[in-house]
Amino acid sequence: MIGQDGLWTKTFRYITCLLLVTWLVLPLIPLAIWSVARGWFFPDILPRMWTLDAWRYALSDTSGVLDALWLTIGISLAATVLSILVGVPAGRALGMYKFKGKEVIELMILAPTIVPGIAVVLGVHTVFIYLGLTNTVHGVILVHLIPTLPYMTLVMAGIFSNYDPAFEAQARSLGASPLKTFWYVTLPAIMPGIIVGGLFAFLVSWSQYILTLLVGGGRVVTLPLLLFNFATSGRNDITGAIGMIYILPGILILTLTAKQLSGRSGAVGGFGRI
Amino acid sequence: MTHVSIQELTKVYPGADTPALDRLSLEIASGELTALLGPSGCGKTTTMKMIAGLLEPTSGDVRFDDRSILRDKPEHRGVVMVFQNYLLFPYMSVADNVGFGLKMRKTDPTEIKRRVSEMLDLVKLPDVGDRRPSALSGGQQQRIALARALIVQPEVLLLDEPLSNLDAHLRFEMRDLIRSLQQEMGITTIFVTHDQEEAVVLADRVALILDGQMKQYDRADAFYKRPVDEATARFFGGHNFIPGKSVGGTFDGPLGQLTLADGAVEGAGKLTFRPENVRVGQGDGNNLSARVADVIYLGTQTRLKLRVGETEIDAVVNPNEVEGFKPGDIVPIHLPPQTLWVIS
Ligand SMILES: Nc1ncnc2c1ncn2[C@@H]1O[C@H](COP(=O)(O)OP(=O)(O)O)[C@@H](O)[C@H]1O
Ligand SMILES: [Mg+2]
Repeated sequence: MIGQDGLWTKTFRYITCLLLVTWLVLPLIPLAIWSVARGWFFPDILPRMWTLDAWRYALSDTSGVLDALWLTIGISLAATVLSILVGVPAGRALGMYKFKGKEVIELMILAPTIVPGIAVVLGVHTVFIYLGLTNTVHGVILVHLIPTLPYMTLVMAGIFSNYDPAFEAQARSLGASPLKTFWYVTLPAIMPGIIVGGLFAFLVSWSQYILTLLVGGGRVVTLPLLLFNFATSGRNDITGAIGMIYILPGILILTLTAKQLSGRSGAVGGFGRI
Repeated sequence: MTHVSIQELTKVYPGADTPALDRLSLEIASGELTALLGPSGCGKTTTMKMIAGLLEPTSGDVRFDDRSILRDKPEHRGVVMVFQNYLLFPYMSVADNVGFGLKMRKTDPTEIKRRVSEMLDLVKLPDVGDRRPSALSGGQQQRIALARALIVQPEVLLLDEPLSNLDAHLRFEMRDLIRSLQQEMGITTIFVTHDQEEAVVLADRVALILDGQMKQYDRADAFYKRPVDEATARFFGGHNFIPGKSVGGTFDGPLGQLTLADGAVEGAGKLTFRPENVRVGQGDGNNLSARVADVIYLGTQTRLKLRVGETEIDAVVNPNEVEGFKPGDIVPIHLPPQTLWVIS
């Protein structure tokens, strides 16, 4: 029976993988083809001619793609670092301690993942105007924390709920200062969570459109904004090229973390709460 | 060499009605090995953590050589606590675990390496330095935890239930190891246990804590000969408690008039004597006639349940002395006066 169980599990796993790959990869194929096609019309299966013009344009200075790319990387990295700095202590509090009103706080942290971004940002917008943060990169980074923090915090809460603070006490007793205790004992223990949570935060920030558009006021042009501009202007070839660039981090991260995400690391335990 | 003085140390956890530890006072002589003995939940770990600086006392003081250490951070106290579940850092090799304390003290790496291998020899695990802690057995992990604590040569060593997670045969080994290392290095040591035998065998002095309060702090034999109250005597396996009155060297109670040794407390109280001090046969004083209620053979000893009138007496005797005893027999017993003790 064990063999059969194994077989079923295996078959199931293969089918799931296949579906996942189909669902993730299939929509990308036309994008890839567009980026190198000239004159690809229904009902042709493949374009008549191939060209790298779209790529050449996308990578040129005039298109602004590279500027947008660096800007997006910068914003996402900053949002990720800030998410880590806030999410680690917040996750620790949520994962390790019981306190009054914990459920309410958990719900509030979750809210941005449930409530549509546009609803959130309309509230935040007036505050940002008052603080002079609209139309600035700083403002965009800050507003990206609204959707990134929940992920980071919940991943860290999952990590900390399985974490034994006695190791820290032991380190202190052996002569480690609080800082060294964090560096040598806490950090290695929570690293998987920081990596997974950080990658999620990066991707969530990377894919923000509405928040960037509203708070950046169209002046902070990140890759998704640029992509949308080209997509609506009907330039399928350039859209395809930018699209390929745009999805690159996602694919990289997905491949790198496939093992972590398969659940063996426990680093994604916090998602049980979502 | 550090004299440890614990003064009225008290801990009330937030939200708790009763203190987890209630005014514990102990004087631990320099280089002595003291056992903190008590049932689970009586506040032993709480005490250790407060000495180690990992928990804030509600009131009271802890002094090393007459200097209060309560303001000192845990890393500056000269105390190392070894936790019950070893807590070896899983991301470090065994050698890095052992050397951790020295690294925190910014000791030179080659010196650390030398001392680590010296320490591993001392705990008789010379070849495990490169391994991960998870690759070691429980007993080995315990020894590494001990090595990791001793390497920094603390003034005071705290061991929280160092033996209770080990198998019986490992327990003996570990017990001897702790004793010999402690003697050799002369570190003032407090170790926690809920096992009275362990406390008696290992410690110079034993502090018994029941319900968050210290009952008795004494050399081990005193708990058998001169328990302060019934609960203390019971914790050490005492069974016989007979109510009555002590007047002028005699105890008047349901067993009749019994002669006491000199210096017994006067007044109403309870007479107690160890089961192993009940003698079968006639002897000097306190001769009684008892009916055998039950005979329980324990291998090297035999337990007799006896009855004198309505009073039950528990006796533990040499099996040879009671061969052929059956329930219902009437037998002579006597209670040597120097083995009787009155609890007021
Ligand atoms: N962090 C804590 N918060 C509240 N109560 C605690 C805490 N730690 C221990 N206690 C309580 O204090 C008492 C003593 O605990 P402890 O010192 O661990 O006992 P022992 O080590 O003797 O088994 C127990 O009743 C326990 O439930
Ligand atoms: Mg304990």
